[in-house]
Amino acid sequence: MTPTKTTDLKAGPSSTDEFIKGLWRENPVFVQVLGMCPVLAVSNSAINALAMGLATAFVLIMSNILVSSLRNFIPKQVRIASYILIIATFVTMVDYAIQAISVDLHKNLGAFISLIVVNCLILSRAEAFASKNTIGKSALDALGMGLGFVFALFCLGAVREILGNGSIFGFMIFPESFQEWIIMILPAGGFFTLALWLFLFNNYKLKKAKA
Amino acid sequence: MSANKTISTQPNTNASSKKMLIAMVGIGVICALLIVLSYEGTKERIEILKAEALEKAVFKVVPGISKTRIFELTAEGTFVPSDGKDRSKTLVYAGYDETDVFKGIAIEASGQGYADILRILYGYDPETQTVVGFYVLESKETPGLGDKIEKDEDFLANFNALTVALTEDLSKIQNPVVPVKEGKKVNPWEVDGITGATISSRAIGNIIGESSAKMVPLIYKQQEVFNSAINPTSK
Amino acid sequence: MKSESLWYIFINASLINNFVLAYFLGICPFLGVSGKMETATKMGAAVTFVMIISSVCAFGIHALLVAINAPFLQLISYIVVIAATVQLVEMVIKKMSPALFRSLGIFLPLITTNCAILAVALFQTAKGYSFFGSLAFAFGGGIGFTLALILMAGIREQLDFADVPKVVKGTVITLLVAGILSLTFMGFSGLGS
Repeated sequence: MTPTKTTDLKAGPSSTDEFIKGLWRENPVFVQVLGMCPVLAVSNSAINALAMGLATAFVLIMSNILVSSLRNFIPKQVRIASYILIIATFVTMVDYAIQAISVDLHKNLGAFISLIVVNCLILSRAEAFASKNTIGKSALDALGMGLGFVFALFCLGAVREILGNGSIFGFMIFPESFQEWIIMILPAGGFFTLALWLFLFNNYKLKKAKA
Repeated sequence: MSANKTISTQPNTNASSKKMLIAMVGIGVICALLIVLSYEGTKERIEILKAEALEKAVFKVVPGISKTRIFELTAEGTFVPSDGKDRSKTLVYAGYDETDVFKGIAIEASGQGYADILRILYGYDPETQTVVGFYVLESKETPGLGDKIEKDEDFLANFNALTVALTEDLSKIQNPVVPVKEGKKVNPWEVDGITGATISSRAIGNIIGESSAKMVPLIYKQQEVFNSAINPTSK
Repeated sequence: MKSESLWYIFINASLINNFVLAYFLGICPFLGVSGKMETATKMGAAVTFVMIISSVCAFGIHALLVAINAPFLQLISYIVVIAATVQLVEMVIKKMSPALFRSLGIFLPLITTNCAILAVALFQTAKGYSFFGSLAFAFGGGIGFTLALILMAGIREQLDFADVPKVVKGTVITLLVAGILSLTFMGFSGLGS
C-alpha cells in the first residue's frame, strides 16, 4: 500500500523522508487524528472528499512555503497571528477558485471550505515544521501531509459512497437490486467509517509491534 | 530575536514592536493583494456560472421559456427589477419565450422541512392560473426518505397543474393549496403526500400554500410590469 | 423570504442539527476534553460564551463589509476579529473576575481555533439571520455543543470501568459512541414542523 510516487523525486533520502512520513507513518488523519471536522463532514461521496482534500492540500502547501520563506522576518510574538492571516488568504483564494470551477461542488462543500482556516493540521504544520525549516523541505513536508490527507479523505469518501449510495464518483457499480445503506451517508456513518479505519490501523500497528 | 523576547529596556521594546508592526503590515499587504487578485480573476466566471445554474432551475419550473429576468418584492407589494443580490428580499424570476412574450414566473419560497430549512422554486402561469413546476433549491432532508420530494414522480406530478385560481375580485386564492395524505387527492388544489416522507412532503405543500396565497394575487394584478420589463415599447 | 421564529432557530441549532453530531463542528475538543464531566461542562460554558460574543462581532463585520462592498474580506476579517475578541475577553475576565477566569480561563485560548466558533459566524451570514436570529443561533449552537460534550463525558466516565479491547481503546471507541449518539439525535428531526 506504500505509494510508489516517491521514486521520481530527485531530492536526497532525508528529503524523501519528509515527504513519505506524511503519507503513511505520520498520516495526519489516521495517525495524528488532526483536522477531523472536514474529514467527517464532507466525506459522504468520493468526489466531495477528493475536492476537499485537494483544497486543503493546496492551502497547506502554499502556506507552508510562504511561512517558511518569511520565517526569519516574522517576529516570534506575532507568529500565530501572521500564520492565521496567511492561511486565511489562501483559503479565500481556494474558495473563489472552487466557485469558478463548479457551483454545484461549491454548494456541496458549503462552509467547510472556509473552515479550512481552522483546520488544526495546517496551523500545526506551519508552527511545528515550516517555521523552522528551509523552503524546499517545508514544501515537501506539506506535499506529503497534504497527499496523506487526500488519501485518508478518499478512503472515507469511497467507503461511504459505495455502501451508502451504491456508486463511486457517481457511477453506479451495484445492480439495481442493491439496497443502499443509507446510514453511511448520514452523519452517523461518518463516525462509524472513521472508527473502522482507525480500528484497522490500530490492528495493523499492534500486529506489527507483536511481530 | 530571542533577545527581544525578554522584557528589556525602553529602546529595545520600541525596536521590537516596530519590527512586529512592519511584519504584520507587510504580511497584510501581501495577503490583501493575493485576495483581491483572485477575487477579480474569478469574479466574472463565477457570476456567469451562478446565473447559468439559476436559469437552469427557472427553466425547469416554467416550461417553454428561453429568457428570464429577476424582480424583487418591495414593501408596498409591487415588483421592481433587481440584481438578485439582496437575500433578505423575496425574489421572483419572470420567464419569457423566444418572441419575448411573458409566459410565467418562478417564485422562490422557503419553510421548515424535516431536518432543516427547505428552499424551493415553483412556477406559476397566470394564464391558466396554475402552478406548473417545482424544484428544490436547498434541502437537507434524509437521503432515501425525505429526499423523495425531489425524485418521487407521483409527487412531482402534483405540480404539473396545481390550481391556484383567484376569486372574482382578485383579492385572494379561491382554494388555497393544501397538503393531503398519499392517494387522498380529489381536488386540483390539493398536494398528494408521500408515505415515508410525510413531513417533508407536507412541508412542501404548506410552503407553496403559504407563499402562493401571498404572491399569486400580487403577481396576477401586476402582469403588465413583467410584460413591459422586456419590451418597453409594446402595449 | 419568510423569517423563522427565534425558538425554532434555537431548537434547530441545538438539537436537530446539533453542531457536533450532525455538522461535525468542534470535533477536536469533542474528542479531546470529553473524558471528564467537570471539564466538559466548563468547556461547554466557555464555548457558548465565546460563540455569542463572536456572533455579535460577525454580525457587525458583515454589515460593515456589505456597506463597503468587500465580500472577499469576509473570512479573513472574521477569523482575525474573533481571535482578537477572545483575547480581549480573556484579559477582561482576568481583571474583573479572577474566580471565573480560574474555572474558564484555560479553555479560552483553546477555542479560538475551534471550528464551531467560526462556523457560527459563517452560517449565520449564509442563512441571512437577523441580529436576534444570530444570537439565538449562537446560543443554540453553544447549548448543543455543551449537551453533546456532557453526554459524551457521561458515557466515557462509565466506559472507564468497562473492559474495552485494546485495539479499539481511545479514539476508536469514542468515535463509535459518537456515531450512536448521532443516530439518536436524528430522532429530534421533525421537531417544530
